[in-house]
Amino acid sequence: MNKSLLKYLSGSLTRMLLLLASASTLSFFLVTASPMDTVDAFLDEVNVSDEQRAHIEEQWDLDKPPLQRYLIWAKHALHGDLGRSVSLHQPVASVLRERFKASLLLMGTAWTLSGALGFLLGVAAGMYRGSWIDKVIKTFSLVLASTPTFWIGLLVLVVFAVELRWFPLGLSIPIGHLASEVTWGERLHHLVLPALTLSITGVANIALHTRQKLIDVLESEYVIFARARGETLGQILRRHGLRNIALPAVTLQCASVSELFGGSVLAEKVFSYPGLGATAVEAGLHADAPLLMGIALFSVLFVFAGNLSANLIYGFVDPQIREGGRSNV
Amino acid sequence: MSESACVKPAESWLNRRRKTLLIIGIGTLILSGVFIWGLLLPAESFEADYSARRLAPSLAHLFGTDNLGRDMFYRTVAGLSLSIRIGLLSAAISSVIALILGSLSAIFGGTVDAVVNYLVDLCMGVPHLILLILISIAMGGGAAGVVTGVAVTHWPNLTRLIRAEVMQIRSAQYVQVARRLGRGPLHIAVQHIIPHVFPQYVVGLILLFPHAILHEAGITFLGYGLPLDTPAMGVILSESMKYLAAGMWWLAFFPGVALLLVTQLFDGVGEYLRVLIDPHSSRE
Repeated sequence: MNKSLLKYLSGSLTRMLLLLASASTLSFFLVTASPMDTVDAFLDEVNVSDEQRAHIEEQWDLDKPPLQRYLIWAKHALHGDLGRSVSLHQPVASVLRERFKASLLLMGTAWTLSGALGFLLGVAAGMYRGSWIDKVIKTFSLVLASTPTFWIGLLVLVVFAVELRWFPLGLSIPIGHLASEVTWGERLHHLVLPALTLSITGVANIALHTRQKLIDVLESEYVIFARARGETLGQILRRHGLRNIALPAVTLQCASVSELFGGSVLAEKVFSYPGLGATAVEAGLHADAPLLMGIALFSVLFVFAGNLSANLIYGFVDPQIREGGRSNV
Repeated sequence: MSESACVKPAESWLNRRRKTLLIIGIGTLILSGVFIWGLLLPAESFEADYSARRLAPSLAHLFGTDNLGRDMFYRTVAGLSLSIRIGLLSAAISSVIALILGSLSAIFGGTVDAVVNYLVDLCMGVPHLILLILISIAMGGGAAGVVTGVAVTHWPNLTRLIRAEVMQIRSAQYVQVARRLGRGPLHIAVQHIIPHVFPQYVVGLILLFPHAILHEAGITFLGYGLPLDTPAMGVILSESMKYLAAGMWWLAFFPGVALLLVTQLFDGVGEYLRVLIDPHSSRE
């Protein structure tokens, strides 16, 4: 079994490397194809002569053909050097590290909250299928599934920040404070609204999925038999329901990090939360090619980690699904 | 069997099939109504009017007016129409990609299948918003960037569906019998595969619309999509952000509700059409 797991892991690793290579190639050529001018962005308002400009271009290897530039970039990236951000004047790697910390707090909170809430709602709907609870939860989830994240963010902003004034309008720390002076309380205070927005969007998927799984379980023959034995609904849920639906829910939640990442881009923009998503938006608008490449690469890695952990959790907990197991011998 | 042998309960004219058809019809009617209305709407109906700035919703201005005195109701109608147009275009392109890749990988298998699967993995491996931003940048922004971006990111699910469907039919007994009877691939494709896959394709296409519309609004909201002077949903909602703190909640609320209604209508039409075409899926 250990051997098969190892084989699976090495297979995943190869796939990830392949994926990263093609994703980076793709992003590089998309960025290169764009009419935006990174040199202009770098110079900002500064006037330079054509000679100086040519010098900068030469230093940045912009006079070389794209393929050669990609290879140079890839060589440096393999050594952990992702270049310098043009608009922020910092190494890309350190920008990523710093912004991801803020994003991780946001995404982690939203991920946990939406998972827990979605699961509970799904269980409630599935248990009382056909009742008004079920109908309310189902309609709510279906509507939510096609509601734009940023619009939810705007509504949350209007209600809780503008009308009720419970929470600040945006940013991750109070204006005019140094990051080091900010207390955790203030940080959390600023985190609530974006996290709430992001959690609300994540609930729909998991709730609908859990509901369907629970209904499938409750319709199975072993549950009918359990009912015939006289088990109550609570007992059935504990003994048969939760055991069967918890795992798919966790897996689904792990596999949803791609949407989580996309949602965080929008939520961070609405609340001017300085995370990775907002940075991606800024990088694009400021023609910051190196930073954009770094973020694209990082997001691929992030999504892959989510999917991989989904598969691994499934494999560890459920012997039937274990990759490369002996089940089909 | 005589007529009296199957006594049915008195059936009203509005049976489930008719009801479903009716809902699909009404939904389509409303959507095309909004679409055409927005197309025909003269630009004057939402141009700036400095005597009517920052008005809260009223009968004269259903959705209120913005900082420049533009009527938000007409702007929203125009924006929805634009969203539908872009959604239709990009979803159509996306579904054609899905149709081609899905059938190719099912028919040829082997290397082609592996390549298509790899493309699906690649497309699913990059968060869609990041990919949309990259494509929009590569195309220099504007409507072309949005349409390309949305079209390029939305095909994987439908591709998988079509691939599975085609593979299933190809191995079905009646197709194998047809092959043994000497029917050519063209005959099998036209007689067996297309009639089965086409309805699925249409439903998949319609269910792509809401996603396409939402992604268009999202990418425009971030500042990468349609230019700021177009009455697009993303532009309307992103502009509203500046005035929310001033208490002009209607700028974000009503356009968002309208957008939500449109996506819900598309979803509803698609789902009911699925029930009509594939009754097995309507167990719920």
